[in-house]
Amino acid sequence: MTVVTDTPFTPEPEATKSRPPTGTLLLSALRLWRTRVGLVLAGGMVAVALFGPFVAPHGPADFVGAPNSSSVGIFGTDHLGQDVLSRFLWGGRSVLAISAAATLIGLVLGVLVGLIAAYARNLLDDGLMRVMDVILAFPQIMLALVALVTLGAKTWLIVLAVGLTTMPRVARVIRGSAQPIVERDFVAAADALGVPRWRILFAEVLPNILSPLMVEASLRLTYAIGLVASLAFLGFTPNPNGADWGLMIFENRIALSVQPWGVMLPIIAIALLTLGTGLIGDGVARAATGIDRTRGSE
Amino acid sequence: MATEPSGSASEPVDVTVPGGPGPTGAAPGWRRALHVGGIPGFIVRRMLLGVLVLAAVSVVVFLATQALGDPARAILGRTATPTSLHALRKQLNLDQPVLTQYWHWVTGLLHGDAGTSLSANVPVTDYLRDRVVNSAFLVLLSGGISIPLAIAIGSYAALQRDRTFDVVTSIVTLAFAALPEFVVGLILVVVFSTTVFDVLPAIAAPGVRPWNDLKGMILPTATLVIAVTPYVVRIMRASMIEVLESDYVEMARLKGLPERQVLIRHALPNALGPTFQVIAINLAYLAGGVIVVEYLFNYQGIGGAMRDAVSTSDLPLVQALAMLIAALYVVLNLLADIATILVTPRLRTRL
Repeated sequence: MTVVTDTPFTPEPEATKSRPPTGTLLLSALRLWRTRVGLVLAGGMVAVALFGPFVAPHGPADFVGAPNSSSVGIFGTDHLGQDVLSRFLWGGRSVLAISAAATLIGLVLGVLVGLIAAYARNLLDDGLMRVMDVILAFPQIMLALVALVTLGAKTWLIVLAVGLTTMPRVARVIRGSAQPIVERDFVAAADALGVPRWRILFAEVLPNILSPLMVEASLRLTYAIGLVASLAFLGFTPNPNGADWGLMIFENRIALSVQPWGVMLPIIAIALLTLGTGLIGDGVARAATGIDRTRGSE
Repeated sequence: MATEPSGSASEPVDVTVPGGPGPTGAAPGWRRALHVGGIPGFIVRRMLLGVLVLAAVSVVVFLATQALGDPARAILGRTATPTSLHALRKQLNLDQPVLTQYWHWVTGLLHGDAGTSLSANVPVTDYLRDRVVNSAFLVLLSGGISIPLAIAIGSYAALQRDRTFDVVTSIVTLAFAALPEFVVGLILVVVFSTTVFDVLPAIAAPGVRPWNDLKGMILPTATLVIAVTPYVVRIMRASMIEVLESDYVEMARLKGLPERQVLIRHALPNALGPTFQVIAINLAYLAGGVIVVEYLFNYQGIGGAMRDAVSTSDLPLVQALAMLIAALYVVLNLLADIATILVTPRLRTRL
């Protein structure tokens, strides 16, 4: 439905002949302070999620004291008398795993659809993008909720729902970036030489749109984390007793004024994580336009 | 959590019009047949497309809710007995062929009959009537605050390009765009209604219409404003920068027009074009964002109703709400496309 094509990275025709290797993009992104801060924030939270369970003083479901008490342990207990710190240290894995898997699915499908649509340039292009429009007619969180109604909050279902709603957003950007590339002579040459179509798409076109793809990847990961955490905050998690940052907020929200840590720790974690990935994405985007700009002026 | 537009703001904005082939473009036959020309033709084509999208949406909603798995068992949960399952299947027409069920549901919707809510046991339309108004009030209030605010901040940031105000704005909008809205909302609750200040209510007053409880509106509205404003600010800034570097703004300045007139008469109207798209996307996004925010603040609207309907597997209610929110989405996008065409003469002449 919408007609904004957010495709900032149409490379200059001359510039793409010697396109920057991905390494250059990452290196110049790393020179920006925002990328570094983002890496520290997101990296720190990923480390907490991955290694937290090894240093947690208690198991995620161990009963350690009276409910909502702030005198037990460092951060007190939650609504069931479980250790808040331990549940926090255990609770990052599910959020990260689900959102990473969903983002991956969304990126792979979105790149496939976007590339095919850009290359086909005909009814197939129209058809694919209209199907994407139908998915785009739902707010992401609503489609995920609708999917959960009958089947319940299964892990695979959340991954699939978030991934499928990410797909059309990626597809639009990829299609927009690939459209000028497929018009270029080297693609026509490869076509004339009889290079198989899938090879043209993945070996000739895809390497030329890696910068928008990387920007899109970090952006979509940021939103996927927010979406997965929001679903858990609404009470929809695969494991109703499991340790999960979003679910911790859902469970302990009532006791916010008595025992704020049960809510504050996971909130801080989700905030730092999404801020981190957001900053990385912005850094990569700036580096990509920076590269394009200097190359364009050459 | 923010969904829609890609947050990269420093890039030029490209507006294209699908369905409106250029004057020399070789349009396929079916398109030429629909090509009535001019703005009315464009609007008619977009409305037809919108109806098609909604029809497809209804199929998706139906498949996801009623054709997947066993809805009756999901609704009754552990309390299901063969008798109660049978009775519920009969009530929801689940014992009929899938196509009949779909037809029954869609024709019902078109006649304004969305079935009966299973948990509240009243017609869905009655259940939703007040809530739709409440949500509309919240969304319009948030939009009414955030859009002028965002246009002002974005334009000023463009004028102050690379100076302190611009740099700070860019960092703040980036941060707010990255944060999921329930995080923003809960931080506001922590700061303003519990530990730090305790001056505002953490939940909307129950049983009171929102316009009679303005104090309770502050936090939900603030959360939505914070969720939506960053995107509009960024696109407005990018668009304004592009316009300020254009020849006609330079021309206006060289003519010796006062700077105020250059900005308000020449720059601002041209910079608004691309912004309409993002505003519409974000207003539509508010329709989804209210799910989390209304639940968080216990606000009696369609978003909170959606969350509760999903958790109680209230099938007819979920279906009606999904169609309602999707329809809102489609209509807002349609309005945005029309507004963009109307304020962008260069696109208008291409029709």
